Amino acid sequence: MPAQVRRLIVLFAVAVAGFLIVRHFLLPESFGLHGHYRAKAVDLAASQAFEYAGHLACPECHEEVAALKSPSKHAEVACEACHGPSMSHVSDPAQNKPELPRARDRCGLCHYYEASRPAGFPQVDPARHGARAECVTCHNPHSPEMVQ
Amino acid sequence: MRRREFLKNLASVGPAIGLLAAGSKLNGYLYAAETEKQAQSVRLYGMGIDVDVCIGCGRCAVACKKENHVPQDPFFYRTWVERYVFSVDGELRVDSPNGGAEAFPPSGVPEKEKMKAYYVPKLCNQCSKPPCVQVCPVGATFQTKDGVVLIDPDYCIGCRYCIQACPYGARYLHPQRRVADKCTFCYHRIVRNMKPACVEVCPTSARIFGEPRKSNTPLWEFMRKHRLQVLKPNLRTEPKVYYNGIDSEVR
Repeated sequence: MPAQVRRLIVLFAVAVAGFLIVRHFLLPESFGLHGHYRAKAVDLAASQAFEYAGHLACPECHEEVAALKSPSKHAEVACEACHGPSMSHVSDPAQNKPELPRARDRCGLCHYYEASRPAGFPQVDPARHGARAECVTCHNPHSPEMVQ
Repeated sequence: MRRREFLKNLASVGPAIGLLAAGSKLNGYLYAAETEKQAQSVRLYGMGIDVDVCIGCGRCAVACKKENHVPQDPFFYRTWVERYVFSVDGELRVDSPNGGAEAFPPSGVPEKEKMKAYYVPKLCNQCSKPPCVQVCPVGATFQTKDGVVLIDPDYCIGCRYCIQACPYGARYLHPQRRVADKCTFCYHRIVRNMKPACVEVCPTSARIFGEPRKSNTPLWEFMRKHRLQVLKPNLRTEPKVYYNGIDSEVR
């Protein structure tokens, strides 16, 4: 083999080795295990903490509310839709209390009349319905068809 | 050197390079097509959106911000709700005050001029062929084996190329962390068999989460009983968010 070719091969080998070494140190750990990304980023996304405990958590303690709610029109409405994120309440019930909304406008988020809402959905005109009293004075939010 | 010798030499060098490549797992990600891997995966997540029952209460937009600590400013959303009001004269008005998070004030279109109106919840469409992943220069946004498009916040350089590339406007630049951010289908919840926060709080079950390939699930029932559309099908992004009851004006 001529000397100049040998030199070229050595040079080439050094360049390739250099590339692989530099690449090894530049690439973050776990990059490329599953695709063109850090495999650990998936674990990172999966390890995020919960804020919403989910609809199965509440009836474990609040049986009576669940029993009242399940035959009512609000049966399919998750507790946390009104009471807000309650993971902290589940982990320490004494310290952290979930929201207890009573304001008229909170019910109105769903039930004030708006022309774009699907026909048949129960809506009221806030100016005419209930004499500006809090909805909870007449309706039980866990069983709203009841009028007290 | 004669050509024959050169080829012989090449043959002896080739395997050495091949070994090196195998050692550094080069092939693993240089040549494996992601779609191929996805096909082998057991799980594939998707969402159905039943526009016919959406009441525009915006609980989804609020829950999403709380669950994922999205900045409260009224222009950062992982999910939001739009209102489409069609007038009799053919005019279309679209609005989304604060992403629908405080529900919607009256649209201002008189009842007599209104032809029809409805709400459309929007979120990342979790495309099967995501343009955002294609343009990311560093591999910080990617598709997992279960078809969810995620962002690696520790690796994102904040170049905003993906924000430009998304045809659905689903991404934003996080104002503090200076990295791209978007809906993850609440990846941390769904891998533990929980519903995403928006689906959890939806009072009318307008959002249905599940695996579109799995039979006898709520999502499957929804997909079976309705004629479905995806947003901007002409772009061939193949979204995994399926809408019922929208017009072609919804994009």
